[in-house]
Amino acid sequence: MKEIKRTFQELLRYPSAMVSLVLILLMLIASAYIMIAIPYNEAIRLWRGSEEDWYKYPKQAAPVWMNYFSSKKQPVSFFINSADEQNTMVEKQVEKRADGSKKITITYTFDYVYDDFPQDLILYANSDYAAKKPLVSVVWITPDGRKINMASYSVLQRDVYRIAQDAKLERILRAKPMLGLFSDPSQKTPTPLKGTYQMVVTGSVFEPNTGLDVELVCHGTLYGMAGTDFMRRDLMIALGWGMPIALAFGLLAALGTTITTLVIAAIGAWYGGWVDELIQRITEINSVLPFLPILIMIGTFYSRSIWLILGATILLNIFGLGIKNFRAIFLQIKESPYVEAAKAYGASDGRIIIRYLTPRIIPMLIPQLVTLVPTYVFLEAALAVLGLGDPFIPTWGKIINDARTNGALFEGLYYWILEPAALLLVTSLAFALLGFALDRVFNPKLREM
Amino acid sequence: MSAITQIEEQKPQISLQKKSTSSLIRVLRYSVVRLLSLLVSLIIAIFLTIVIANMGGYVDRIRMGEIRETAVLSLRQIPSNRNLPAEQFLALVDNRVYQEAHAQGLDRPFILRTLNYMKRALTLNLGNALRMTSDTGSKQVRVIILERLPPTLLLWGSSGLFLFFIEISVALSISRKYGSWLDKFFVTMAPLSTTPGWFFGIFLILIFASALRILPFGGMVDAPVPKTTVDYALSLMKHMILPTLALVLSQTFLQIYNWRTFFLIYSSEDYVEIAKAKGLSDRAIERDYVLRPTLPTIITGFALTLIALWLGGPILETIFNWPGLGRAFYEAVQFYDTPVILGQTVIYAYLLAGTVFLLDYIYALVDPRVKIGQGGSNT
Repeated sequence: MKEIKRTFQELLRYPSAMVSLVLILLMLIASAYIMIAIPYNEAIRLWRGSEEDWYKYPKQAAPVWMNYFSSKKQPVSFFINSADEQNTMVEKQVEKRADGSKKITITYTFDYVYDDFPQDLILYANSDYAAKKPLVSVVWITPDGRKINMASYSVLQRDVYRIAQDAKLERILRAKPMLGLFSDPSQKTPTPLKGTYQMVVTGSVFEPNTGLDVELVCHGTLYGMAGTDFMRRDLMIALGWGMPIALAFGLLAALGTTITTLVIAAIGAWYGGWVDELIQRITEINSVLPFLPILIMIGTFYSRSIWLILGATILLNIFGLGIKNFRAIFLQIKESPYVEAAKAYGASDGRIIIRYLTPRIIPMLIPQLVTLVPTYVFLEAALAVLGLGDPFIPTWGKIINDARTNGALFEGLYYWILEPAALLLVTSLAFALLGFALDRVFNPKLREM
Repeated sequence: MSAITQIEEQKPQISLQKKSTSSLIRVLRYSVVRLLSLLVSLIIAIFLTIVIANMGGYVDRIRMGEIRETAVLSLRQIPSNRNLPAEQFLALVDNRVYQEAHAQGLDRPFILRTLNYMKRALTLNLGNALRMTSDTGSKQVRVIILERLPPTLLLWGSSGLFLFFIEISVALSISRKYGSWLDKFFVTMAPLSTTPGWFFGIFLILIFASALRILPFGGMVDAPVPKTTVDYALSLMKHMILPTLALVLSQTFLQIYNWRTFFLIYSSEDYVEIAKAKGLSDRAIERDYVLRPTLPTIITGFALTLIALWLGGPILETIFNWPGLGRAFYEAVQFYDTPVILGQTVIYAYLLAGTVFLLDYIYALVDPRVKIGQGGSNT
């Protein structure tokens, strides 16, 4: 305990170590938060990307904060549902008539302050009628008070009205619907008119027990803090869940490989003879097996499950080259007087290996373990970039792969690649910096250098 | 860290001189034992690769399915077969499948098939690819590998080996100027090199190809292949800039840092201090007192760099669409093309085993303290 405290105090002398410790702590907190906020199964379900979950979201929308970096403000997506009674942007009035029919008026009010036109406006109507379809008429009120009768139509049970594709409206407006609805009539070139817009949906329902709710969805070119991908999925989910997955993979792989390697090297050095020889032969066989190619084969031929890949990674690295280094040191420690003393008082082999040999190597082990974490974090990402990522779990590498295969680099959708890349880079640098600082703390010989 | 161990490893090997005849026998005996043990390791490793690459016989089952499909299709083509009853037609198909499978050795038990694969692999009789073809249209694994070799050698060989020597010389020079701003620069930048090359590659493509549009996204030469040699070379160089830069960013800083620390440890030895006190020039100290005792380690590093060439970087080559061996391997896996996978693994295994074997002798040549076959084996 005392030693840990002393190490920690010494570590505090390195500013880089402080920064990396804070970063790692933040990442752990963020991971815990995301795991509680979106349970594992829910994250996997959402990432599967069914239309039902994501219909409201625009495709390949950049994050909202892009507007801070540009003088030309891009439209931000939004959606307003009349069923949502808390929302102040929508007002729903129901007027009952004597014959049992109802008049439902839904008024959406929103500010439009952007310098570009939205991609689409969509009305999703929901009605549980039995036989007679409700009738709906849509009126558009611009900030300068013009009223445009957009459409009247009868509503199906789940009805979708895509305004940008309405040819009739295009004829009425004598322009593409989005340009016609949003442009400023006083300007010659199409410029969006900024201000408060209103859309009034008036519905006539002919059955007493039938309800009608309409959701207005505006697909801008921006959405959310992270943006969306080609399947309309909010990248926030994969960026968030990628964190615990990356940390778990990196830490488990680093721990699994170094600790098993350490114990095996200790056993070999202590028993010597055929045990040592066998371990050395296995190490040699292992070194002839090419590591990454074998992982690629496992990923393609057997299973792309991240946990299987983790298992294979650990298995292929147990008899890695680290054994050679550890063995050389153990051979020296084996001859030291305190091990002789332990032998003399009758300590068992297991006790000597666990309590006498391995602790001596921990100063060497810890920095190595910490520096190994980024290697494995990137290994997972690398396999994902080759298209061998886990089919279900959202990870950073999979976002990069999706972005690359869907032409993000060619089309200039940089946020799609840069967000996961930045997170990968921060994670790897945090562990690398900590590892380098720990190395100097534990190995004073290096510190003088 | 690794530097410290390497010093300790060499200590027990200093021993007394013996007569020359006995030393010849000793070297011979050692060589035979070493060769045999390497061969056994090689055989086991290749066996494991075959089992993994063949998915325990699964790839063979896929091949059987394909043979049946082509048999059905080709027999249907013959007009006289069209009027045959279904049973007779099936018998014809079965017969054709049997012949084909027998010709390819697929009707034999799994273990025999594996042993057959292994015999061919070990004798470097690499056979034909299942699906992949070389650009010249050949299906021979040897031709495919040889065709993919030059691009890999060009990229990894030129940049990899070139970098290796740059790293060593920079490390040596900054280890002499310990504490200078250049030294501090490399120490600070070292953690950056935990990031792999393909990752920098994506960034570089994003900046130079996608945003600035001054360098190509990937590939080896421009799309209509330039006609004159000069244009071809220029186009090649243009395509090599980004992958090379990615390699530099991903390894140089860490390598220089590691070598520098390694050289620093050796520079603090007493004999170096004495050399300094004698007033020897910096060059002489570097050459005779620092480089000389560290030569075995440098050679190991160099040999491993050479071997790494054989695998190329499947990921970096995929990112940059570079038609090298790493990408060929990845493609082979995608096509379930066992012979190509095996061919590449076998050559890699042979090269590695050969290098390990030769290194022992090179150590003995450059380091008079090392005697082959004496002291603890340094495998």
